[in-house]
Amino acid sequence: MGKRSTGRLPAFDPRATGGGGGSDFLTTRLETMVAWARKNSLWPFPFATACCGIEFMSVAAAHYDISRFGSEVIRFSPRQADLLIVAGTVTDKMAPILRRIYDEMPEPKWVISMGVCASSGGFYRAYHVTQGIDEIVPVDVYVPGCPPTPEELIHAVIQLQQKIASGEKSRDSRSRRRAAEQPG
Amino acid sequence: MSAAVEAPAQELEALRERLAASPLAGRARVEDRDLPTFEVGPADWPALARFLRDDPGCRFDLFLDLAGVDNLKRPGSRTRFEAVAHLHSLSRNQHARVRVSLPDAEKPSLPSVEEVWPAANWYEREAYDLFGIEFPGHPNLHRLLCHDAFVGHALRKDYAPGQRWFYEESDLRVPDWARQTDERAGHFETQTLSIGPSHPATHGIIHLLARLDGEKIIRAETIIGYLHRCFEKMAETHHWSQVIPYADRLNYVSAMVNGVGYVRTVEKMLDLEVPPRGQLVRTILSEFTRIVDHAVCIGANLVDIGALTAFVYLYQPRENFYSLMEACCGARLTVSYVRVGGLAIDVPEDFVPRCRGLLDSIPTFLDDVQKLVNNNRIVRDRLQGTGVVTKEQAVAWGLTGPMLRASGVPYDVRRARPYDFYDRFDWDVPIATDGDNFSRYLVRMEEIRQSLKIIRQALDIFPENGPVNSDDWRVVLPPKDAVYHDMESLIYHFKLVMEGIRVPAGERYEWIEGVNGELGFYAVSDGRGGPYRLKVRPPCFPNMAAFEKIVLGGTVSDMIATLGTLNVIAGELDR
Repeated sequence: MGKRSTGRLPAFDPRATGGGGGSDFLTTRLETMVAWARKNSLWPFPFATACCGIEFMSVAAAHYDISRFGSEVIRFSPRQADLLIVAGTVTDKMAPILRRIYDEMPEPKWVISMGVCASSGGFYRAYHVTQGIDEIVPVDVYVPGCPPTPEELIHAVIQLQQKIASGEKSRDSRSRRRAAEQPG
Repeated sequence: MSAAVEAPAQELEALRERLAASPLAGRARVEDRDLPTFEVGPADWPALARFLRDDPGCRFDLFLDLAGVDNLKRPGSRTRFEAVAHLHSLSRNQHARVRVSLPDAEKPSLPSVEEVWPAANWYEREAYDLFGIEFPGHPNLHRLLCHDAFVGHALRKDYAPGQRWFYEESDLRVPDWARQTDERAGHFETQTLSIGPSHPATHGIIHLLARLDGEKIIRAETIIGYLHRCFEKMAETHHWSQVIPYADRLNYVSAMVNGVGYVRTVEKMLDLEVPPRGQLVRTILSEFTRIVDHAVCIGANLVDIGALTAFVYLYQPRENFYSLMEACCGARLTVSYVRVGGLAIDVPEDFVPRCRGLLDSIPTFLDDVQKLVNNNRIVRDRLQGTGVVTKEQAVAWGLTGPMLRASGVPYDVRRARPYDFYDRFDWDVPIATDGDNFSRYLVRMEEIRQSLKIIRQALDIFPENGPVNSDDWRVVLPPKDAVYHDMESLIYHFKLVMEGIRVPAGERYEWIEGVNGELGFYAVSDGRGGPYRLKVRPPCFPNMAAFEKIVLGGTVSDMIATLGTLNVIAGELDR
């Protein structure tokens, strides 16, 4: 016996779907199902430039273990990632490369700006530092801190998961326009 | 205990006599400053350089640093631009400074000494980039740190700190040789490979262009500056104590050591002594930081060559140390724990037992890793005999730290010029003689054990009570309680926060053993509350400069293994 869709995915219970007792299937909306899958299997591309990159390593290592949130499949190819974590200061020399990597990621994609340097330039109000990556790429979650603690980054991943689950799209008008101009 | 080894009078006199007996007599002079300081005009600089390197009474074989100084806002008899070089003599264990005044304020120019000290290559490019000083005779005089669409020279005093320039990827300067595609060398058609700046094996952001003949690298050039975040300009626009967080973010893997190196420079300029308890806390935490830095270096290097397990093992003691650091000052990585004159706050009550707990737990992890790695066939094949640096090359390229020691030169600042309590501890300077990647791994591993030994002895003499800060309220913030209840303390507090520490006018070069080698700070004060000029001698800068020479003749996979053992930290490299 199926349950009526409430728009929210029912909690996953292996006993309810498998062999013994209860129902053998459940119903939900396709978008909800897809969002559920996406939010629990974010594959991050660590754009680690500076100090925050070191803290990102802590998040990925055994103690904090980002795999508890389904995001441990760290990819160093933008083609295989859907979450761009910009960890560290982005300079004007690096900014075009960040944009290129963002453009190379397939849709749908999300961006976490880790640390104050990535978010606003931080205390480097200087001649060679990009004053926030939102000058060049759209950002979904900003994480304050210099560097943020691992807990803060994990919190940001959870926030992003909620955003994905809610169905909110992350789209960059510029990349959509570009895609429209160059079909294929 | 205080390690101010000032230039002893007779050594200075000896240098003076050697100089008087040389053909340079009358054209160069040596003065008594914090270091013996040679003064010379630009035309005689190459001749003086050769004299300083080759004269048996000088033998300054290690080129440490070259700093430009713009005297625009420091009125006096000086010329507008100066170039200040710092040298070290390994055989005579002495530092020296050379100041070259550049008379032409419009087009400052200085002959290159790249032929005398190959290490000078990148330093001269840096001075060209940031000050616009020309170096006739330099083989590759292009911008090093700023991007290629940059206009002007950022560290000149008339350059606005926040002035940015628009840059596109196509603006990148690609050397001519990298554009040629038809040359043949050997059996294969050559090709140019661009590795980085966003590449899993380039720790931090480093860009390498390599010309390959088959898989062999026949020519390479490193492009850096992707993390140039203007440390030196920021220092000039802040107070002395406001620079501490910036200094911590130079080598963010070992932030504590950077902070100590920086505040020691300021303390020397102020002639300020830190109480023993404060010094010991600095020593203990610096050595722990050295351990975690080496652990990250070794772990990341092993990941690059395919051994993930050792990385996970080495990461755990690091996490444990971060908990201790968090208990001390509230931060894990970039700690900003030191202050001029001491520390931000005292250590927690259970500091000593927690340190001892760490001391007991770390060797287990090391044993596990060494059991996994030392006789591992893959590790040996990848690391042994690759990335070889001979003793002569290491000195000529200006390498210091584990890189130099792995090539057989036992130069360690903690031994050559002991500061804080290092002369009281019983420890060894590990060296290796092969100069390859495996030697560097072994040296780092042994240094971790020596650091544990140092910490154990420091804990034995750690005073239970006592201040960690100097009580000179002109430098150190008075206790908050006194600020609230006592007018004088309130005034000191106000002056320190609003105007900064008044450091007497002058200059100073202070150096300590950073994790990657000699970490030096050259500070110039004009008596205001902040630095007039602050130049850091980043230990991994010469390592990276040598990289394009080390990888020649090897394969791309050797290059990856070599990059890991150089332990290049982009924050420190690009500043």
